[in-house]
Amino acid sequence: MSVATQKKSTAPTSTGAGMRFVGGVSNYIDERTSISGAVKFLGRKIFPDHWSFMLGEIALYSFIVILLSGTFLTFFYDPSMVEVHYDGSYVPLKGIHMSAAYSSTLNLTFDIRGGLLMRQVHHWAALLFVAAIGLHMLRVFFTGAFRKPREINWVIGFVLFILAMAEGFTGYSLPDDLLSGNGLRIIDGMIKAMPGIGTWISYLLFGGEFPGNDVIPRLYVLHIMLLPALVIALIAIHMVLLIINKHTQFAGPGRTNDNVVGSPILPVFAAKAGGFFFLVFGIIMLIASLFTINPIWNYGPYDPSPVSAGTQPDWYIGFADGMLRLMPSGWEFVVDGYTWSLNLLVPIVVLMLFIVIVMVYPFIEAWVTGDKREHHIAERPRNQPTRTAIGAAGVTFYAVLWAGAASDLIATHFRTTIEGVILTLQILLIVAPVAAFWMAKKIALALQRKDRELVLHGYESSRIVRLPGGEYREIHTPLDEFEQWKLVSFDEYAPAQLRPNARGKITIGARMRSSVSRFYFEDRIAPVVTKELESQKH
Amino acid sequence: MSRTVNRKGRRHPLSSLVLILVGLFVSGGAYAAVTGTASAADAPVSASQIEDGKKLFASNCASCHGLSAQGSAAGPSLIGAGALSVEFQVGSGRMPMSGSGPQAEKKPVQFTQPEIDAMAAWVASLAPGPAVPEASSLAGGDPSNGAELFRVNCAMCHNVAGAGGALTEGKWAPSLRNIDPVHVYAAMVTGPQNMPVFSDMNITPAEKNDIIAYLKFLDENPSVGGMDLGALGPVSEGLFVWIFALGGLVAITIWLSAKSN
Amino acid sequence: MADKKSDVVTSAGSAVSRPDRLQNPGFEPEHKRVHDESPERARGAERGISLLFALSGILSAAAFTLNFIFPIVPGDLLSTRYNNMFVGLAIAAGLLCLGVGAVHWAKALMHGHELVEERHTTRGDDATRARAVEIFQEANKESGWTRRRLLRNSLIGALVAMPIPAIALLRDLAPAGTLEEKLVHTMWEKGVRLTRDPNGVPIKASDVTIGSAFHVIPENIIGLEEGFLNEKAKSAVLLMRLPLDALNEAEDRKGWSYDGIVAYSKICTHVGCPVALYEQQTHHLLCPCHQSQFDVANHCAVIFGPAARPLPQLPIAVDAEGYLVAQSDFLEPVGPSYWERIR
Repeated sequence: MSVATQKKSTAPTSTGAGMRFVGGVSNYIDERTSISGAVKFLGRKIFPDHWSFMLGEIALYSFIVILLSGTFLTFFYDPSMVEVHYDGSYVPLKGIHMSAAYSSTLNLTFDIRGGLLMRQVHHWAALLFVAAIGLHMLRVFFTGAFRKPREINWVIGFVLFILAMAEGFTGYSLPDDLLSGNGLRIIDGMIKAMPGIGTWISYLLFGGEFPGNDVIPRLYVLHIMLLPALVIALIAIHMVLLIINKHTQFAGPGRTNDNVVGSPILPVFAAKAGGFFFLVFGIIMLIASLFTINPIWNYGPYDPSPVSAGTQPDWYIGFADGMLRLMPSGWEFVVDGYTWSLNLLVPIVVLMLFIVIVMVYPFIEAWVTGDKREHHIAERPRNQPTRTAIGAAGVTFYAVLWAGAASDLIATHFRTTIEGVILTLQILLIVAPVAAFWMAKKIALALQRKDRELVLHGYESSRIVRLPGGEYREIHTPLDEFEQWKLVSFDEYAPAQLRPNARGKITIGARMRSSVSRFYFEDRIAPVVTKELESQKH
Repeated sequence: MSRTVNRKGRRHPLSSLVLILVGLFVSGGAYAAVTGTASAADAPVSASQIEDGKKLFASNCASCHGLSAQGSAAGPSLIGAGALSVEFQVGSGRMPMSGSGPQAEKKPVQFTQPEIDAMAAWVASLAPGPAVPEASSLAGGDPSNGAELFRVNCAMCHNVAGAGGALTEGKWAPSLRNIDPVHVYAAMVTGPQNMPVFSDMNITPAEKNDIIAYLKFLDENPSVGGMDLGALGPVSEGLFVWIFALGGLVAITIWLSAKSN
Repeated sequence: MADKKSDVVTSAGSAVSRPDRLQNPGFEPEHKRVHDESPERARGAERGISLLFALSGILSAAAFTLNFIFPIVPGDLLSTRYNNMFVGLAIAAGLLCLGVGAVHWAKALMHGHELVEERHTTRGDDATRARAVEIFQEANKESGWTRRRLLRNSLIGALVAMPIPAIALLRDLAPAGTLEEKLVHTMWEKGVRLTRDPNGVPIKASDVTIGSAFHVIPENIIGLEEGFLNEKAKSAVLLMRLPLDALNEAEDRKGWSYDGIVAYSKICTHVGCPVALYEQQTHHLLCPCHQSQFDVANHCAVIFGPAARPLPQLPIAVDAEGYLVAQSDFLEPVGPSYWERIR
């Protein structure tokens, strides 16, 4: 044993055999890896506590659950389109021709111990994974946590979101059932619509004509090797940048742009985060044991002729499917013998534009404000009314597309017509984001005004007193300085002035920036300043 | 080669024979195909029953279908509709229709079975039409073949799990869960409203039994994975994950980051 | 810390700075938890948490045992359902107990005070940055990266050329030939009988009563060993009979139907879903994927939804034995549009 542990063992404190063992092991490892440096660097790093800072953790933990359950599934799943006869437990499919992929999925569902459970855990966790990423992105967006120095991490997170959708779609296709086969058919149709290259991409992807015999094994390799490798690598970079940048925190007493206040990784944060992993896993397991997901046995093997009413993709592809459904008839034309399928190209371009705007938003806002400082204080959404309104418009746009993917179910459930639902959604797709923008901005400004009111006049105490002059007045209880600080400490921007540059010219870029800046910051509410507060006291 | 052999193998061994026989009977005219299911098992019909049916019809149905079931602007002619149509439409509560809508919908049945039988007997007495089969003759199908036929012929409207689905202009294909086999049979034979007719030349009587057997299998076997969220597919799963899974976890994060008292 | 920041001047852009803004009041007084003040309550919490951990262990063992109490019996679906439910519930309860216990420990019993860590600007300090620049300059000098331009540019050129072979390698993802030449043909040809999907029983014209819809595949596809699904994906057809007075046929297509019986490709011209929802009274076809609607009475013209083209019609006739046969292949490619579709 080393000298260090021997010394320790002579100490009068209760260092039993267990402690000696731990010390020995730590020493052994450190002498070979210098891990003590990592412990020193990371062990007491501080994480601020706020519920909304745990959304990314939900995504991370569901991804771990996906890896665990997915590994189990690979032991039994056979990614092959070779035709076999099903002879398993599910009576309504006995004797039916199907691919080995579908048959092995049925076998692992019905005849493998825990197979169904792991399939349902895997699929529920996948839905949760993408949903948690989405919600995490919304949190980062609405609190401005994408600002310098975190723009790059925003882009990495965005790429993870796209990869998660790709993982989801490839996984959804693997059972080779009727539902996912029709999904692939739709993808094939979209690929074929691409001008010039579409036919070739489809030909190469499917190894010939649709559906061919190759697409399932190819998607399988993407699903279990290439895409997960990328996801894991990007998560690693995402986390490293998180440690380098340190987490943002909400404004509060004692919290500044130059510190971070919260719990240390060891022990509090580790215990909470570790416990939270088991909670996320537990909730997924609970749902998987009680609720069916993707009952592939109902759908039957893929066959290009049948289809089921209510053919929809998993939720995260819904916005794209909805966009396809909301296109009006007849958007296709032929130029010089070549077919332009605008009914598919327009949706593809609009969706691309939408997600590219999401990706580059941090850079747009940085350009508008011209603010080159680092920002570590997460903003309250009301304190950036225009950004919040843009976010609300984006969410609304997405939500309308999403509803579009369920147009048939909306029609049957609300006893109305498909045609009416689609027409309404087509109108809403244009009108609703504008309305949402306007409303969100009004609400944010109103909330800011309310905050000012509170800081200046305090809470209404519901105590009414009669003044000597006979006047009645409600007594207001003033806020203490800690509460005040939470409401007044936010960044405020003014519209950028249009000024000539060094050569005395006003460039087009400057003009654009000035008008966008006016759009952003024209309506604003200033935070309460000392003078106002003092004058109020008298 | 395996495909040919097995596709044949899944059919009832007698189905070709049945096909030939039915084909012979039918060759007289297309019309007979619709009525081809009239069977010798028809219950004896008494004159008084027909008389009762006529009265019931006159007081409950004639305002739309006409006193002699000749039809009007408000409702189609029922001459040749047969007892099976009456059993389906009245026995599932679709008729009499309540108010106007995109289509007649399933409601609580408004007549007793003898009353329905009486009206069916009267309508059947007007012109030959499909008769009501014995319930016992609709048993014993092969659910595996039924499931395949269901996917090809029925699932696009009624959904693979029989959960129903939307049609154009506010119409819908109803859910097929827990439906009386006689009504499933009747719907295929008579093609009510916008549903296509599936004559015995399209789906043989044995195949119809297979489809009924598959629907029975769905009714008797709850989803293996647990509650089925309406068997509506990814939309209900997506809503569930956002509302309950993510909603529940967000509630947990709030507990987790709240200060302990 | 202060001196590190002073060497970095960053613009605040259009941010408003107010000299008279309120000042940060500093930390709030620490609040005490009941478990900090009452050792008894702390012991209670400790007991509760260890109970949760113990329960979690018991539940994990129970999940193991439940596998044998509710085994999967081949052929019995209910046994799979129970196995899934009970084993899953036990595992879930075990996980939740463990999670709740750990979080409760952290919240109630671990050191509850917030700690503060300084933040530094993300950029390296000036000395580090200077050294990094220096390293690059040294490397440049030692390698001649900017000085030996020919060397550098030819290297970049070689690297750019490197992936070119991959384009050829990827060509064999698909067999020889092109997709276009495959898409223009289906299994239908003159005299091929229309048969029922999936069993291949041929259909007589007299079988198709008014209001019927038959799901049809070509007779010669039955028994096809290679590419069965590929061919089926192009040749699936829907056969319907309409009353003659309901059918509006173009003059040049009058000979394509037989006594009100019409056959149309089932593959949607939008993105290829099977368009199979036939309404026998309205004669409308609905695609369940994106709600395109086609009017069978008018050569399947698009009446609603994102599709742009009518469904291709299969010209049909009746052979000597009374069976429905194709007059020819489709006269245009079926399914979704593609770039070279009408070349």
